[in-house]
Amino acid sequence: MDLEYFKLIDRILDLRIDEKTITVEARVPQHNTIFEGHFPGYPIMPGVLLIESMAQTSGWLLLALMKFQRMPFLAAVKEAKMRGFVSPGELLTIDANVLHEGSGYAMTEAKVRVDGKLKCNATITFSHIPFPHPDLREHMDAMAKRIGFPQQAIADD
Amino acid sequence: MSSTFDQVATIIAETCDIPRDTITPESHAIDDLGIDSLDFLDIAFAIDKAFGIKLPLEKWTQEVNDGNATTEQYFVLKNLSARIDELVAAKGA
Repeated sequence: MDLEYFKLIDRILDLRIDEKTITVEARVPQHNTIFEGHFPGYPIMPGVLLIESMAQTSGWLLLALMKFQRMPFLAAVKEAKMRGFVSPGELLTIDANVLHEGSGYAMTEAKVRVDGKLKCNATITFSHIPFPHPDLREHMDAMAKRIGFPQQAIADD
Repeated sequence: MSSTFDQVATIIAETCDIPRDTITPESHAIDDLGIDSLDFLDIAFAIDKAFGIKLPLEKWTQEVNDGNATTEQYFVLKNLSARIDELVAAKGA
């Protein structure tokens, strides 16, 4: 997890196109200035960043389903529930599945767990458009490589 | 009025917290009811689910932006209901 660059996902563990599900992992940094303020003497991962981690996880799933032809953008977050504290150094396992694929938008459900225990969940809406700039597409391709996106998963169908 | 309109009006009322009795077949979702594009995604989701269709929002938006259609054709509720009926019929064909 690289908080400074908003790269919250470390690795894709599982991607199932047919079932429209994804599982990723992300290690919360042990040290970061965020924890100096949030909170002194009691560092915990901010809820908004947990939501972002679920959004990015969902985003990779949608990118896969759309074969990297369109870019999803966060549009709405519903029913976001922070069910437990997440501490520096903890390993997040994040699951997402597609709730609905509409015309130009999609909805997902996502969950963050630590050691199997549910820490937060949300229903997330994305709008998606064709990649608006080649640099963004190039960036996402590089990111996909970095987190081990299984290209074969979208190659054959 | 058609049951499609009634269902759509109920969806809009519940999704956007708009009093049901203010929603008529002549209501324009955007101009009269003040529904913005993000709220309309929730309505589209509920309509897609309720009718088992996929409202072609991107196509409609493109047609309006290109000047080939007016928002009234798609977002006045009696017209929206007619479009839904067409999509449902096409699905069953």
